Amino acid sequence: MDLFEHQAKELFADYGIPVPRGVVAFTVEDVRKAAEQLTGRVVVKAQVKTGGRGKAGGVKVADDANDAVAKATDILGMDIKGHTVHKVLVEEASAIAEEYYFSFLLDRANRTFLAICSAAGGMDIEEVAHSTPEKVAKVAISPLTGVDRAKAREIAAAGQLPEKALDGAAELIEKLWCVFVDEDATLVEVNPMILTADGDVKALDGKVTLDGNAEFRQKDVFEKFADKAAEDPLEAAAKEKDLNYVKLDGNVGIIGNGAGLVMSTLDVVAYAGEQFSGKPKPANFLDIGGGASAEVMAAGLEIILSDPAVKSIFVNVFGGITACDAVANGIVAAFKLLEDRGEAVTRPLVVRLDGNNALLGRQILADAALKGVELVDTMDDAAKRAAELAAAGV
Amino acid sequence: MAIWLTENSKIIVQGMTGGEGTKHAKRMLASGAKVVGGVNARKAGTTHLDLPVFGSVAEAMAATGADVSVVFVPPAFTKDAVKEAVDAEIPLCVVITEGVPIHDTTEFWAYAVEKGNKTRIIGPNCPGIASPGASNAGIIPADITTAGRIGLVSKSGTLTYQLMYELRDFGFSTAVGIGGDPVIGTTHIDALQAFQDDPGTDAIVMIGEIGGDAEERAAAYIEQHVTKPVVAYVAGFTAPEGKTMGHAGAIVSGSAGTAQAKKEALEKVGVRVGKTPSETARLMREIMQAR
Repeated sequence: MDLFEHQAKELFADYGIPVPRGVVAFTVEDVRKAAEQLTGRVVVKAQVKTGGRGKAGGVKVADDANDAVAKATDILGMDIKGHTVHKVLVEEASAIAEEYYFSFLLDRANRTFLAICSAAGGMDIEEVAHSTPEKVAKVAISPLTGVDRAKAREIAAAGQLPEKALDGAAELIEKLWCVFVDEDATLVEVNPMILTADGDVKALDGKVTLDGNAEFRQKDVFEKFADKAAEDPLEAAAKEKDLNYVKLDGNVGIIGNGAGLVMSTLDVVAYAGEQFSGKPKPANFLDIGGGASAEVMAAGLEIILSDPAVKSIFVNVFGGITACDAVANGIVAAFKLLEDRGEAVTRPLVVRLDGNNALLGRQILADAALKGVELVDTMDDAAKRAAELAAAGV
Repeated sequence: MAIWLTENSKIIVQGMTGGEGTKHAKRMLASGAKVVGGVNARKAGTTHLDLPVFGSVAEAMAATGADVSVVFVPPAFTKDAVKEAVDAEIPLCVVITEGVPIHDTTEFWAYAVEKGNKTRIIGPNCPGIASPGASNAGIIPADITTAGRIGLVSKSGTLTYQLMYELRDFGFSTAVGIGGDPVIGTTHIDALQAFQDDPGTDAIVMIGEIGGDAEERAAAYIEQHVTKPVVAYVAGFTAPEGKTMGHAGAIVSGSAGTAQAKKEALEKVGVRVGKTPSETARLMREIMQAR
């Protein structure tokens, strides 16, 4: 889960990391109040979960409360890389002497953690690393030994931070490591980390990504920082039912078992859809996992049918651990369950069953003769048929 | 012939007394795999599925000669279970558990490296490893394919089954599911290397998906070190940026980790990449028929 800047800073403050005083505002009236409360020059910063806010005009300095309102009027509602700005962070302006870059992140390739530090802060670090790699220090961090004050100082020095900033930076880096470990983060980035005119080191920005796999032991922070407003309503409903669902922008509903097979199904449907009018595309990712019981199948069908964009549905199951007869029985039961609720399935459903007990599963579906259900033997042909039906239904 | 798992492999199950552990220990036994016991510190000294339950991996190894462990314990306990297996220096530890926190996986991996890499870790979040006709450590269905001379390495469980099934007339030496997490033990490259060295493997199927750059690195390895034919499949061409697609590691971040980049990297080194799983099976079929 990615955090907003103001959430990251809230977390930083909990760990004693110096951040500028600031207030989150959703309206221009709130911005005025915040600016008056903070007094003096303030910075109005768009709160969106994407980079390049400054370049897009989403970060502006204001001289006073009136100016802050003017700047916020421009920023609120602005679109930054497809993200609409619904809130801003109003912060006291900092007297910046120097800007640095710092992050802890997961290094997938080397299966370890990495500290990245550079005296060239405030800009796109990937560009800096590309054009002047000697300015960017990358230090591998073992999860077994972690980062103490001495190691933190070593990283700051490797990033060529000046002597006068080393102590402050080391303290901040050590605390960021605590955030990284204690909150189960996979990314903690501060760009820029600044040296103020008074010689203090502060986090002027904050980007934090939390590991979804750790939610079970980080319930509080996940609960506190969940962005419920931005959640797709279908994704939220699916999450309630413990379904692994991602909304996409096409019109062929997809149900399958196993993340890899479902991803592959999306591709095969999009590929098959190219030959039909309107080029049908997958409407969603939905992995019903190994179980595929009637209840899960019904819950999955219900979510997909509640998406008005869906014109046809493709159920693609490979019976590995789950036998296909169980899946077929699940589909039959799901149809009955939905019909009993007055939500009968009216859109066409293409089913492909392969693997364990595939023949038996196909027989069950054939015998049930459910309206609108077609059996197709192979994944490629079934994808094609589902796309064709979606094209016809547009 | 096979890699890492043979008919002589003796398997213990960490978490055998739990629901998943019980279910899959039964399936492994039914497939003919030599499951020789389980581990659960609280139930040491009892029997389960007519097999002895031991207090630790080390005790189980001493009593049974086990050389493979399959881990089914819940995510919160997986780190300690794997470290225990590493401490016991069991040669192979297969971690099936899905949803292990990344900090835990990174820690047990670092621990295994520090202890001299005596334990090969497969997973987490994987279906395990199967050498059809010989042994089966994990949850790969045993009856969908036959023994043969194709090697398979994959990030995805069901796509592994799909390919094993489609190519069942040729059969497999070993199929390795390496798992879909951002940090995993055994990689595509480890498996490619083992299949290249395995006299029982003639050709290799490699299945990848979006996220990270493991496939690109595998491509570079193939160019340098693999002379056996490789066909590949990559899932996730239509996955939107920034969304996790089922597997914790399956995410396109910015322009990094796309299926297109992986496909291009593989094709550049002469690997044929199927557009669909079935086309991938057809490509392998052509190779095996030409032999």
